[in-house]
Amino acid sequence: MTDLKSSSEDIIIRFKDVYKSFGRHDILKGISFEVPRGQVLGLMGGSGTGKSVTLRHVIGLLKPDSGRVEVEGRNVPDLTKHELADLRKRMGYVFQEGALINWLTVAENLALPLQENTKLSKSEIDDLIAEKLKMVHIPDAGEKLPSEISGGMKKRVGLARALITDPDIILYDEPNAGLDPQIARSINELMREIADQHHATALVVEHRLECIETVCDEVVFLYGGKALVHEKTADFLRPTHPQLIEFLGPEARNA
Amino acid sequence: MTPAVPSLAIAKALQASPPEWAPAWLPDALPLAFVAGVLYVLWQLERFREAIGNVGSRIDLAWSALVRVHHLPKRLRWFFEQLYQSGIQNLHVVLLVGLFMGMIVSLQTGIELARFGQEGQIGTIVAASMTREMGPFITAIVLAATTGSALAAELGTMSVSDELAALDVMSVDKVSFLVLPRIAALMIIGPVLTVLCDTIGIFGGGFVATSQLGVGWSQYTTTAISALQEQGGIIPVPMDVYAGLLKSIVFGAIIAVISCASGLEARGGALGVGRATSRAVRDSIIAVIVANYFLTFFLYR
Repeated sequence: MTDLKSSSEDIIIRFKDVYKSFGRHDILKGISFEVPRGQVLGLMGGSGTGKSVTLRHVIGLLKPDSGRVEVEGRNVPDLTKHELADLRKRMGYVFQEGALINWLTVAENLALPLQENTKLSKSEIDDLIAEKLKMVHIPDAGEKLPSEISGGMKKRVGLARALITDPDIILYDEPNAGLDPQIARSINELMREIADQHHATALVVEHRLECIETVCDEVVFLYGGKALVHEKTADFLRPTHPQLIEFLGPEARNA
Repeated sequence: MTPAVPSLAIAKALQASPPEWAPAWLPDALPLAFVAGVLYVLWQLERFREAIGNVGSRIDLAWSALVRVHHLPKRLRWFFEQLYQSGIQNLHVVLLVGLFMGMIVSLQTGIELARFGQEGQIGTIVAASMTREMGPFITAIVLAATTGSALAAELGTMSVSDELAALDVMSVDKVSFLVLPRIAALMIIGPVLTVLCDTIGIFGGGFVATSQLGVGWSQYTTTAISALQEQGGIIPVPMDVYAGLLKSIVFGAIIAVISCASGLEARGGALGVGRATSRAVRDSIIAVIVANYFLTFFLYR
């Protein structure tokens, strides 16, 4: 892992001076950071600092007002529809609320990206679904509709759906929110495992320090529309920057 | 003899004896000028301009669905589901409204016809107006109010709960997956419901004719059937039925496209879904009425 991280040519995600505003609200004001291959980068920051907005730029759901959002060296806003679709097939996005298609069962939700974009047979798809559901600890949920399962379960199905294509790049939008501590721990371990075994590059938006500590190699602190602090996780949790100390609270220094 | 409406009085006066300075075409141009004036006043309203601006994105959506029509075999499940849903949702409403529509036409015109002793012709009037105009139009209004609003709410909810974004990131084509099967289903269910509406309307008219107007059942059915004798050019069904069905196919497509588009555009939580739903119904009804004029114009020219 460490040798992969240190090679500077292999940058998978690069933000270069990205600005984004919604109406009169400037959210991103010149944000820059890089994520090398195989690294898991955490994004922290107060509510409304643009963490999810940053995440959405990576997968082309939002376009920056100015600046570059590069994935594997190519500027995402410049990609054609086809190129973007091809890129997205190798990416996974875990939505905050799961974002499951409401009128499809859990298994059909998981099958959807495979049916649309691959030529796998039905039995191969079924095997993959069973495997991923087991991975997120809900092996029996396949036949249920999203309205019949809890918020935490939806979240885990969303995670399973994002992982079903074995993506090279995974974007997590608050993977721990709404989960009980035990499940959250196992999800965090799963995220770490995916990073270690598949060398998947990941961006994690999360508030819980426990998740950041277990999963992330490095952390970026967003403040005032900029990437204020970008440090290794261990250093991040012993903050020296006054705004970060204020954000994390006094107990972080002892962590 | 003096017309009650002032503008009509002016028009009549001009037609009767146009002033010497007036060019010969002036009386004919007046109605056109009136329509242009109304459109100009509407154009001053921002909402109206916005609505016209939306037309472009609706045409865009219809076109993207059309070029994906070969995806339909993959989407048969959703096509049939939508077909079943909209059929079941609307059947009883269409039957009830159709029945009363036929009864109204029969009673209203029957009373007038009776003044000239022509009530025997009531079957002709009911059959023609149901198949040409009332059937497709009433069905379209019912479809817009129930299926159209349901479509907009369904897709709107998907939009505000990130489900559409999820489809995007999974590289699932929204138009092919969501919009195409719905348009296709409404283009089929529109004419099916229209035929039912026509039929029960003509029966309703007959019921009024026999009970209120004293026209015999056999005379009613004979006149009604003979009114529908003229065969259509392309398919061997009566011209009026055929024209009505053509209309209802177009109406079905219009309702599906407009409702899907406003659903896909919904933003801002439950409130946004509500707005998208009411906009879908309003725009569908407006578009159906405008399209109805032009279809009638071209079909019966």
